[in-house]
Amino acid sequence: MNEKNQKLSGTVFVADDDPDILDQLRMILEAMGLDVITADTQEKTEALIAEQRPDLVIFDLMMENMDSGFILCHRMKQKYPDVPIIMVSAVAQDAGMRFDTKSSEMKNWIKADAFLDKQIRPEQLQAEVSRLLNESR
Amino acid sequence: MKADKSLRLLVVDDEEGMRLGIERGLKNHSFSFPEFDTEVSYEISLAEDGESALDILKNEVFDLILLDYMLPGINGLDVLLFVQKEHPETTVIMVTAFASLEVAVSATKHGAYDFLAKPFSPKELRHVVSKATKHIMTLREARRLADEKRHIRFEFLSVLAHELKSPLAAVENYLQLMDQRISGNDLEVYDKSIKRSLTRLGGMRKMILDLLDLTRLESGQFERHSEWVDLKDVLDNSFESMAVLAEEQDITLSSSFDGECRVYAVAAEVEILLNNFISNAIKYNREHGSVVVKTNSDSREVRIEVLDTGIGMTEEEVGLLFGEFVRIRNKKTRNIQGSGLGLSIVNKIIRNLNGSIEVKSTPDVGSTFTVVLPINNESDELVTPESDMATA
Repeated sequence: MNEKNQKLSGTVFVADDDPDILDQLRMILEAMGLDVITADTQEKTEALIAEQRPDLVIFDLMMENMDSGFILCHRMKQKYPDVPIIMVSAVAQDAGMRFDTKSSEMKNWIKADAFLDKQIRPEQLQAEVSRLLNESR
Repeated sequence: MKADKSLRLLVVDDEEGMRLGIERGLKNHSFSFPEFDTEVSYEISLAEDGESALDILKNEVFDLILLDYMLPGINGLDVLLFVQKEHPETTVIMVTAFASLEVAVSATKHGAYDFLAKPFSPKELRHVVSKATKHIMTLREARRLADEKRHIRFEFLSVLAHELKSPLAAVENYLQLMDQRISGNDLEVYDKSIKRSLTRLGGMRKMILDLLDLTRLESGQFERHSEWVDLKDVLDNSFESMAVLAEEQDITLSSSFDGECRVYAVAAEVEILLNNFISNAIKYNREHGSVVVKTNSDSREVRIEVLDTGIGMTEEEVGLLFGEFVRIRNKKTRNIQGSGLGLSIVNKIIRNLNGSIEVKSTPDVGSTFTVVLPINNESDELVTPESDMATA
């Protein structure tokens, strides 16, 4: 894990309604030297966005609403167009919809900067986070 | 509510009078089937010979065909064979002036459903059509039930797979992170991960045990051995096994008994029943809340009320409660572990024991689950049709 040496700084908002995913994302991001603020509802996340500017956000697509992630993305892009967004989703499997974040049309529409599968792979997540943080600076 | 259903009928006959006679006899007539809650009427098409019948049948599907046996050119039997091959779900009634046994046998051998001998009265016509219609409706109902069953099983499996997948993923992720020493080499920093993993594994184990209970109850293969079960003993045991869970949330458990409070039943089923109620009453409670179990009995039945001071449910949520894998999902229940099978198990047991259940609930105040069981459901030979259906 070469990202381990490259300590980053900054604040990441993580929004997910699964307490375990929140814990796990926190562990991975804190290991990179980042400050992590978590929220487990769309409502709390919106309050966070209103309060302070993060350096990066990670949103779950489905929280209390099917489209919580989309709405949060929209709010972010309105308020902080330069802050990178990572969307985490398991929608395709969960809903059995032929919809996944691999489709470029969806990506353009959602306007997130990266998409990750819900089965977290720490190296992949860390690589994406480093890349996006470095690019946005 | 009565449904009006329109089915499609093709009349194939070379005599115009016959075609129009049948049309007149069936048009504006509806067949009533209270057993299916349906009124059936026919939308009628006419064909004057075998050739035009085949032309129509190449493009259209009918529910019922009244088919003349003696047609010029392509005869009725050929049309029947075509229908059998291309539209096996279409019901055919053969019509002929030569109602010989031979013709009848030949036609039914080739799949005709019934027979109508010329000449016939409108009443005879309707009688035969009515019988065939009932046959069509019965087949459809059977197919619908089979589809529904298949669908339910599919749904069950897909939900089950999903419900097992999420805890599995959680534990796998934790182990992976610990394996990478993501937060350093001190074991203590992983305490929470270890605890969460154990909790999620415990949830999976509970779900698998519940599934075993459920399949055991549903299979009905096992001999159910009844004995006198003292509810006080069962409840004491249940409270004891739930003590830790209750302490975590500082919930007081208490019980009261009025009367003998014994039932002649399968002990294991009664235990599963009460355990489910009490663990729910604890899990969906508030901190520092209470669970009260009031039991009273008379000579015929015993009544068990489980009262909690929990989060409660809306009327709508109560309605959903007994389905398989239904977990009332909202902000208040998000962190509560459950298999979603508990109450479907409860429901099956209550049916096994010829009992009944009632739920009263107020959001943020609490819920009361009331179960009434016959003291001895075996001595009472009055098996209700409902209990028959439950075990079928």
